[in-house]
Amino acid sequence: MTVEARIRGTRGTFAFTADLCVGDGEILAVLGPNGAGKTTLLRAIAGLLPIDEGRITIDGTVVDDPAAEVFVPPERRPVGVVFQDCLLFEHLSALDNVAFGLREQGARRADARNRARALLAEVGAQDWADVRPHALSGGQAQRVALARALATEPRLLLLDEPLAALDVQTRAETRRQLRLILERFRGARILVTHDPVDALALADRILILERGEVVQTGTPDEITSRPRSQYVAELVGVNLYRGTADGDHVQVGDAVLTATGTHTGPVMMIIPPNAVVLHRARPTGSARNAWPGTVVALEHLGARGRVRVRVVGPLTIVAEITPAAVAELALTEGTEVWAAVKATEVEVFPA
Amino acid sequence: MGATLAALIFVVPLVGLLWRAPWSSMWSTISSHDARTALRLSLTTSIASTAIAIVLGVPLAWVQAYVDYPGRRVVRAMTLLPMVLPPVVGGIALLLALGKRGLVGQYLDHAGVHLPFHVGGAILAETFVAMPFLVLTVEAAFRSADPRYQDAARTLGASRLHVFRRVTLPMIRPSLLAGAVLCWARALGEFGATITFAGNTQGKTQTLPLFVYIKLEEGNTDAAIVLSLVLLAISLAVLVSLRDRWLSAL
Repeated sequence: MTVEARIRGTRGTFAFTADLCVGDGEILAVLGPNGAGKTTLLRAIAGLLPIDEGRITIDGTVVDDPAAEVFVPPERRPVGVVFQDCLLFEHLSALDNVAFGLREQGARRADARNRARALLAEVGAQDWADVRPHALSGGQAQRVALARALATEPRLLLLDEPLAALDVQTRAETRRQLRLILERFRGARILVTHDPVDALALADRILILERGEVVQTGTPDEITSRPRSQYVAELVGVNLYRGTADGDHVQVGDAVLTATGTHTGPVMMIIPPNAVVLHRARPTGSARNAWPGTVVALEHLGARGRVRVRVVGPLTIVAEITPAAVAELALTEGTEVWAAVKATEVEVFPA
Repeated sequence: MGATLAALIFVVPLVGLLWRAPWSSMWSTISSHDARTALRLSLTTSIASTAIAIVLGVPLAWVQAYVDYPGRRVVRAMTLLPMVLPPVVGGIALLLALGKRGLVGQYLDHAGVHLPFHVGGAILAETFVAMPFLVLTVEAAFRSADPRYQDAARTLGASRLHVFRRVTLPMIRPSLLAGAVLCWARALGEFGATITFAGNTQGKTQTLPLFVYIKLEEGNTDAAIVLSLVLLAISLAVLVSLRDRWLSAL
């Protein structure tokens, strides 16, 4: 199956243009800053927001085409949605939240509950079946929301900022879980996020949306190695490496880094620039990954009030630090520094 | 000083009521035939008018909260008017509209529906005065309910009607309960509109507040006090049951 969307729309003064195509078994990440129109795009595909112009096709069936006066309401689209903040129904237990869609499809209560129990087990949430949503942690609610969206066996799964509400510690763990679950789901998946790490770690293909327009699409490799604009470069300016893992160690070129979690064989590794700390001397703190290098470029990010520092060494890395830190370390091109990253900040996933 | 006086204005009449209460003859007064008839009628009519208010008021609250139509503000003002209108004015208005020779009443009369001076009239008068409490409470709840939950339900295959029944209604349930209790308490205490529109016929339209008033007129102060205490006890029970929701729901 494939999903094709050509969407033209206006919301107030905001004009929106997006074409996208996602195939069976593919994960497409829609990446962009807040207000870029990501959620608008997702709501249009789900049928929660009729489009002004264009056409949305799911699996060959036109679901929205204002010119032809076709509009299939959300309840009749083969689409499952994992919403930001999960939006679990507070008056129902986790189990009955998952059973909700099955009941709507006409399943008997007992059958729906049995199936829901199996789904909760699939996402590792069977222990919380009888718990009300308010008593679930962010990560737990996330899994229940995923099970609920998958219960109706949608052919297209939409995920709206599924990790945004989680704290840093839970995020990495939930991202790993999410990746495993998404891999088992057979249909097409569209993931909306403002976090480049989510997009790079989870998607086969990335579509970058800025002010309601698609500015670039490509594989994570293509996007990070050949960003087509300064904006994209800044947005996905994460450190992405290919390496080989052995337990919690990852070999990248001559460098060996420590990460959390266990992997074997070829992997991708992501280090967010704002997780890199620069020192003038070898750091003695808790960071387990530290290596020397030379500053080759300093670049001010006006909008964010940060400075990007490119350090060449055994592992070439970009750090994003404050202007105050640049001044304190007296960084200029040619300065010798140590770059340090905590193991918990190193994201590793199978290549 | 002002605050103390204000508090006293509320407290002193209640103390007066309790001070004069004829505790020894209480039970015999409550269990007298006339009092029981009035109490039963009051319960029946107030529960009936609350049921009508729920059946009609919830859809009205839904439309007022979600549908943007011309004249919505006027309708809101009209539905809330009975809360500030003197009940006797409401009773006269009902009489002119639905009385035997009223605007609509003349046709109802032809059709064999007689409201004034019948139980139906008492129920209608109570509904007129009490329904705004329910509509206001429920409408506020609809407005504050996060619409994204309804979106979520639709993507799970629920039609608009199912979304309302299985998601929206359970979400606003606490407010619906609070609104219904407020509405019922107001209906139970209704006096002005009922006596004006429905009259004061024993067993038909003489509800408990009317009965209390008549007893006082007849000089049977003890009976009036005892039955006032019954109404007071019910009001207190309502207050206690709504303790936390009273302000938040309104």
